[in-house]
Amino acid sequence: MMESLWRVIFLQDYNTRVVLAGACVFGAAAGLAGTFLLLRKRSLLGDTLGHATLPGITLAFLMAGPLGFSPRSFLWLAVGATISGVAGMASVLLIRKMSHLKDDAALAIVLSVFFGAGIAMLSAIQQLPGGQAAGLERLIYGNPASMSAGDAWFVLLASTLVAGVCGCLFKEFTLLCFDESYALTAGWAVKSLDALLMGLVVLVTIVGLQTVGILLVVALLVIPPAAARFWSDDLRVLAMVAAGGGALSSVAGVVASAILPGLPTGALIVLSAFLFFAASLLAGTKRGLMVRYLIERRAARQLRREHVLRAIFECAEDGRSAVTLEELVAKRPWTEGDLRAEITSLANAGLLTMSPSGSSFQLNGRGDSEARRLVRNHRLWEIYLLNHADVAPGRVDRDADLIEHVLDRRLVDELEDILDARARERLVPGNPEKNLP
Amino acid sequence: MSCPLEIRSLHVAYERKMVLWDADLSIRPGRATAIVGPNGAGKSTLLKAALGLIPSASGEVLFFGEPLGRVRSRVAYVPQRESVDWDFPVSARDVVAMGLYKKIGWFLPVRARHRRMADEALADVGLADFAGRQISQLSGGQQQRVFLARALAQKADLYLMDEPFASVDAATEQAILALLKRLKNQGGTVVCVHHDLDTVAEYFDDVILLNMRVVARGPAAKVLTPENLRKTYGARLTLLDEAVVDLARPGVPRES
Repeated sequence: MMESLWRVIFLQDYNTRVVLAGACVFGAAAGLAGTFLLLRKRSLLGDTLGHATLPGITLAFLMAGPLGFSPRSFLWLAVGATISGVAGMASVLLIRKMSHLKDDAALAIVLSVFFGAGIAMLSAIQQLPGGQAAGLERLIYGNPASMSAGDAWFVLLASTLVAGVCGCLFKEFTLLCFDESYALTAGWAVKSLDALLMGLVVLVTIVGLQTVGILLVVALLVIPPAAARFWSDDLRVLAMVAAGGGALSSVAGVVASAILPGLPTGALIVLSAFLFFAASLLAGTKRGLMVRYLIERRAARQLRREHVLRAIFECAEDGRSAVTLEELVAKRPWTEGDLRAEITSLANAGLLTMSPSGSSFQLNGRGDSEARRLVRNHRLWEIYLLNHADVAPGRVDRDADLIEHVLDRRLVDELEDILDARARERLVPGNPEKNLP
Repeated sequence: MSCPLEIRSLHVAYERKMVLWDADLSIRPGRATAIVGPNGAGKSTLLKAALGLIPSASGEVLFFGEPLGRVRSRVAYVPQRESVDWDFPVSARDVVAMGLYKKIGWFLPVRARHRRMADEALADVGLADFAGRQISQLSGGQQQRVFLARALAQKADLYLMDEPFASVDAATEQAILALLKRLKNQGGTVVCVHHDLDTVAEYFDDVILLNMRVVARGPAAKVLTPENLRKTYGARLTLLDEAVVDLARPGVPRES
């Protein structure tokens, strides 16, 4: 086993090299085309397309003899797959047009009927004498190791073509996926672009027959772009990540199947893609769970700190320069432990001076100006809500509480513009709740 | 100057259910026109059918005296904000640059000077600081302004806007109004689907009252009479409504 791993990793066989290169480029092409498929919200169409190729493959197999082709020729079978895949898509469109059925129903009908027909023909083939059906099974579950060098070159060329077209038409496809009706009014050939995009997806599916097989090809179209969404909000970066993730999963699957012979490559590729997805879900820098958790935790800490600062300031405002813990506990529904921890951290950050005994504390210069800023934001917002949004006086404090922490410089400026001249003097206005009748 | 938009006897039907009935109108150049009417009156349908986004049963639509296909660059469409997925992975600048795609042409990428033009259009709607933001991070009003900036970048002569004032904040409302004024000063023509009767007379020069058919059209002051409003917003013409449902049933002879 070590030896086979060694041979795979160091690309000692010509065949391994070609298969790996093919798998790598195919993965990248699927990721790219899949990005647009996903953004066009057509993922399920990819699945239907994969399944719909089966009757074409079996039919091509049956007709190969009479027509003088080799029933083992991948290219001949691919022709059959293409025709029935396109017929499947056309059926979806037809059902949608001729009935009131929604997309999902049309897709489910076409997927199951085409696949059912394919399976029926497949079992008929398996009962033929000669046992030639083994060649077909590799197209259902995927087995790149059985690729001939010629097949691998086809995979390589077709994948490069898909990637090239996606690159050249990047802005056109972006517009198509984002806002089709605007594209139409601006004079873009929306129908042709749509057909071209679907054509690329068909090509990816056909190319994927030998690597992942017809059942799982949708995984490589959908999973890498979906995973890439956790890494970026920029379509250019996203497409790159999806292509990279697709290539990586595909190569990892091929290598894994070389080490673990007997397991179908298609399944291993899909599982690798899922690993990539899971890692992105966890660690993605834009929308990953970890990043979101960290941001929320930081925000919660910030919130607590700001509440404590404001509470101390308001106590001091009532004429007590030094504030005790008991007075603060009474201001809000918080626990004494939380409060004590926050006060220690404020003191460590140099915003607060403790009395020698540790029982009371007061804001120092830095703490005071920070607290002033917070209280000011809170009160400006309260005044705005009272005067401009007709919020009931009893509720302004709570409502302002939710918003003051997200007030940035720009919003505060706008608030000052709206409010009266006194508020603009950058002073802390009086507590508006106190002046109420 | 030829009429920016002229519609003659336009009929539109969804699944054989008539939504627009014999609409006739012409938009006057250099003015802001509102299309006003109750929900389901066919206001958006009128714009979409004129632009060829949905098929019309019959009728003729001319932009600047010619069919749309020959003057597309002179016509800019601002769809309803809800018509797209704002979670799409592009920035405000990317969306505005889409208004320049046709100028850039097939296959060629968006270059630095196009991004600069997009930034200028964003500045025109007061969003200079938001160019790099992903569009889901914008408020509803800001998203609406991004759509306007995209149309602006196109530098068209006729702007067709579908409910630009729908649920936007005061700042956006002011920005759109200032924009309308500027477009008109530059000789442009604006047509907006509008839903708010209280502001129509203030914001627009001309008004088209619509409820399945054109009830009245002309200068705002002349059109917005109680009589016309009653005709537009009052109970629908019951017979017409019922006939429409009957027409939609299968087995009814179709016009050929």
